[in-house]
Amino acid sequence: MKNIDSKGHVTGKSIYVDDIPTIQGTGYGVVFDSPKAHGIIKSVDYTKALALTGVINILTHEHIPGENQIGGIFPNEELFASKEVHFQGQPIALIIAESEHIGFKARKLIEIEIEEKEVITDPRVAQQKGQLIFPPRTFSLGSTSDAWNDCDHIFEGKVEINGQEHLYIETQGAYAQPLESGNIKISSSTQGPTVVQRAASKVLNVGMHTIEVDVVRLGGGFGGKEDQATPWAIMAALGAQLLHIPVKVILHRMDDMRMTGKRHPYSADYKIGLAKDLKIKSYEVTFFQNAGAAADLSPAVMERTLFHATNSYFIPNVKATAYSCKTNLPPNTAFRGFGGPQGMFVIESALAEAAEKLGIDRQELQKVNLIIDGDEFPYGQIAEGVGLSKAWSTLESKFNLEAVKSKISAFNKNNDALKKGYALMPITFGISFTKTPMNQARALVHIYSDGTVGISTGAVEMGQGVNTKMLQIAADVFSIPANKIKLESTNTTRVANTSPTAASATADLNGKALEKACNALLERLTKSAANQFKVETSSISLVNEAILIDGSPSEMSWIELVDMAFLERVCLTENGHYATPLINFDKDKEKGHPFAYHVFGLALTEVTLDCIRGTYDFDAVKIVHDFGKSMNPTVDRGQIEGGLVQGIGWMTLEEIRYNEEGRLLSNSLSTYKVPDIYSVPKEVVIEPLDTEGTEMAILKSKAVGEPPLMYGIGAYFAIEHAIKAFNPQYQSTFDAPFTHEKVLTALYS
Amino acid sequence: MIEFILNDKKVTTSKPTGSLLVDYIRYDQHLKGTKIGCREGDCGACTVLIGSLVNGRMEYKQATSCLTPIANIASKHIVTVEGLNMKDLSPVQQEMVNESGTQCGFCTPGFVVSLSNYCLTETAPTKPKAIASVDGNICRCTGYKSIERAAHNINDLLVNKDEHTPIDWLIENKFIPTYFKDIPQLISTLNIPKKVNERNKLVGGGTDLYVQQPDELVELNVNSSSHIANSTYITFEEGIFRIGGATTVSELQASEQLNKIIPNLNAHIKLVSSTPIRNISTIAGNFVNASPIGDFTAFFLALDAQLTLTENDESRTINLKDFYKGYKQLDKTEAEIITEISFAIPDENTKFNLEKVSKRIHLDIASVNTAIQIKVIENNIESIHLSAGGIGPIPTYLSNTVAYLQGKELSPSIIKKANDIMQAEISPMSDVRGTEEYKRLLLRQLFYAHFITLFPNQITLPSLR
Repeated sequence: MKNIDSKGHVTGKSIYVDDIPTIQGTGYGVVFDSPKAHGIIKSVDYTKALALTGVINILTHEHIPGENQIGGIFPNEELFASKEVHFQGQPIALIIAESEHIGFKARKLIEIEIEEKEVITDPRVAQQKGQLIFPPRTFSLGSTSDAWNDCDHIFEGKVEINGQEHLYIETQGAYAQPLESGNIKISSSTQGPTVVQRAASKVLNVGMHTIEVDVVRLGGGFGGKEDQATPWAIMAALGAQLLHIPVKVILHRMDDMRMTGKRHPYSADYKIGLAKDLKIKSYEVTFFQNAGAAADLSPAVMERTLFHATNSYFIPNVKATAYSCKTNLPPNTAFRGFGGPQGMFVIESALAEAAEKLGIDRQELQKVNLIIDGDEFPYGQIAEGVGLSKAWSTLESKFNLEAVKSKISAFNKNNDALKKGYALMPITFGISFTKTPMNQARALVHIYSDGTVGISTGAVEMGQGVNTKMLQIAADVFSIPANKIKLESTNTTRVANTSPTAASATADLNGKALEKACNALLERLTKSAANQFKVETSSISLVNEAILIDGSPSEMSWIELVDMAFLERVCLTENGHYATPLINFDKDKEKGHPFAYHVFGLALTEVTLDCIRGTYDFDAVKIVHDFGKSMNPTVDRGQIEGGLVQGIGWMTLEEIRYNEEGRLLSNSLSTYKVPDIYSVPKEVVIEPLDTEGTEMAILKSKAVGEPPLMYGIGAYFAIEHAIKAFNPQYQSTFDAPFTHEKVLTALYS
Repeated sequence: MIEFILNDKKVTTSKPTGSLLVDYIRYDQHLKGTKIGCREGDCGACTVLIGSLVNGRMEYKQATSCLTPIANIASKHIVTVEGLNMKDLSPVQQEMVNESGTQCGFCTPGFVVSLSNYCLTETAPTKPKAIASVDGNICRCTGYKSIERAAHNINDLLVNKDEHTPIDWLIENKFIPTYFKDIPQLISTLNIPKKVNERNKLVGGGTDLYVQQPDELVELNVNSSSHIANSTYITFEEGIFRIGGATTVSELQASEQLNKIIPNLNAHIKLVSSTPIRNISTIAGNFVNASPIGDFTAFFLALDAQLTLTENDESRTINLKDFYKGYKQLDKTEAEIITEISFAIPDENTKFNLEKVSKRIHLDIASVNTAIQIKVIENNIESIHLSAGGIGPIPTYLSNTVAYLQGKELSPSIIKKANDIMQAEISPMSDVRGTEEYKRLLLRQLFYAHFITLFPNQITLPSLR
């Protein structure tokens, strides 16, 4: 089934926050933010801005009725900076004006004096100065200190990984409308409606029940709207509460890029030890996460870095430590992969370094160390249903790995100015929120008396096709056509206490809740039919809108059954609740079974380098991916292609640059480049791994949102491989992204 | 007062002529299908079609409405995604659905408009052209592969297109609504804009001005350079190639004569910006913008072009290489405008090359660019012009390097020596587009690339290592 929103999208009829018809009297909010990265606010003069015709008011921390606090995990982030600013772009006030244009003019009239303090942008510097968001954590298995003695080869090194701007094409935004009795409705472009609701209630000093958050869809999220859609939504709500007018806040692109956090940059030190047979015996790694100026989701992101520190490899002795370092950058946040990609990049770098020093192919090391069923992850979970070896052999045979290798080496022999390279990238990604209580969801299903169906869940549609999957589930259970089913907006009054749409788990959690609700309704309807026909319920089945008795059609249709059940006063509404079974994690021991299951896969990336200019083209990425039993191969393919290209972007051309004063230099689309249609691999082939799937996944269809991003890591090592074909003296530096600048420098180093 | 056709109806607006088309479409006309992603022409979510009545028939091009002032669309036909909608999906829309070329959908209307414009072009369909039509559209969800498949399918559907009267064919085959037929008649009823007010600010395509100072401009009335009489032309007479000051990049790219002079013109221009931007941006604008990294400045410096500057009917002609006095400082009065760009048409033994490397190969600002015009007879450099951008405060004509190479033998050792001279006459600075060291290395490589590309038999990469 195609994405159910496609038709609306191609006709421009789909509605995003800024497309909601404007209510008369709406005020437009423009955020005034800190021009300095760190300092004490000595004075702010709003006089001239307030005097500008068309400015309705300017809201600051002094206007906040409740707490000036939006920190989710730790309360360490003000909505509006009160005394001190901690990053450039930190909101200080919201100008509300009769037009956005007037708001921007007013912003230029605000005068601020800041007594500057020391600016830290480097996580290692922050760590040395004791500037941590929270105490460090260590995951360990076996004993690395004992294991070094058993190692025949030991390698150490340093890795740098830059961040990544989400660049959802729809910028952050919200529209708040005052309702009667002090209630407020917020239309928000958020992945976490409940996150917005909870935080707004604290800031506005009202009960959560007075705040309704509604989300139709997002023009892209990628994690950037999990926590960081919140401030703008609260600001709009605050305006609505205090001024009694609807308030819209839509960030302009440069404001969005300057004010919001990104994928975390990491710096890391590693030490890896191997035996003669190339088995990894011991691995120590220390991560320095650049968290930015507040906690945001950094603790959870850091945790997932530790979970994925060994990627797809079994290592008997592991010690992985991570520091979440407080710097004067915008608080970094969730981004597809959620810390996992950084952890994986470091172990892949360690393997690359070992292979380089040992003079062997990197993939030889990868292959002999792959996890198999029964291996223990450093966090205590035992590997089950591992598809890595099978993915490897599938890739070797389906894509003829040996032929690719010899084609590349022949090409390199015959070409001076062009060189090809390749890399393999296995992935093992755990599915579930690592905070166990978040693994729950609800779905509300109405069957209307005419046989049509309305579905509400906690899932937010942001292009990933979750609504399409939800519709499929209902259509499948009731055996009715898609046009009889409507997916309602995600709304906190219909489904409360939702987890954000994140962690790749949304279709699983909400789908399972929906499946339960639909099955409960089906059971009731089946009972009604059985009563009517005076047969056992087991004789009744519903197929294509017909009611079958022992497999033969009765005279009753779906619509008639629903109508009859309604007249019999059967409840045609059901709420399904699902909580992932089995999972647990003990943070004191750093052990448990945090994931419902893992997703596996392997990608082969082929690249051609232009050794004159230092540019590159990706010839192909060939993937063997563990879909389980995909419930929607079209949607899932889109997730793989999109995730892959986003990962390649992160590893290649997307370069975030701050200067020493903490000012974002790559602050617009003209200075921060994401892949365009010419940047993507010429060929992307996806071969499904032959597996049975898992009952823990909805309809055995495994989560697919985040894992494919990490295939993009192969791009880095493919480029490196090609560089070595041109410049054998090149020493790997493991400094992502591999920009054209770094490539040319490496070619001629 | 500006009059134009928006989709199927005539509209009149008294908004300042400097205000932006995207805001008018979304917030005055409430057509919300046109999206805002960046307001600087870099994402394509706001792409619309601009149709002009030329010799009795409509010519369409795609453009970014976020950089287009109302002044520039007087008497035009503006088509948004709503204006492409019919009872059923168009084949463009249907293929985007079939191939799942849409995920979050926010960029999708822009892709649909660009691909529809591709259908409207009066050229034979090819897959690379279909892909090129979305070179100004960014999608963050799909990874483009599905969009590629959709574009290829659309291309296949166009094989029988009548290239000469595409509009009739497209209406007949339900690619576009029938009202397109009535547009020429509708446009002819519009009031032609009155004579320009000389005191207003002059805007060409707006592709740089509206990135730099949108807040100021949207309140003003501005003059459109396209409304200056006789400002858009391309001529070639008596060995001189002349380009009117308001000529757009796309118009230049379409010049058959220039394609003869520079056989790789399309490949060079593909490196510069994107289709929707090239459709509206002017060459003269690229010059007065004075960016040290302007691609067309480098291009025309190597053609040793001249500029005609005009103020109140008085004109003077200067060399482009003398136009730049310092960072963003021009040999030009406030009131002077570039009315013509000209260069001597090189003979057929003369070769031309443009090199550019940026973070992203397409639709990006160069880290370094360089252009060369060179004539080599019997391995002797008879004449040479060489330019580079991104290596100093102004777009630079590399005089010392040119002087050294003039009359020299074409050999790897001479080219390597020339690089030493070149390195001494540049002064790159570290910035977001690269460190000083990188820019020096890159210019060397691109300088070498000129010779490796133009003289592959004499000069190879190994010979220069």
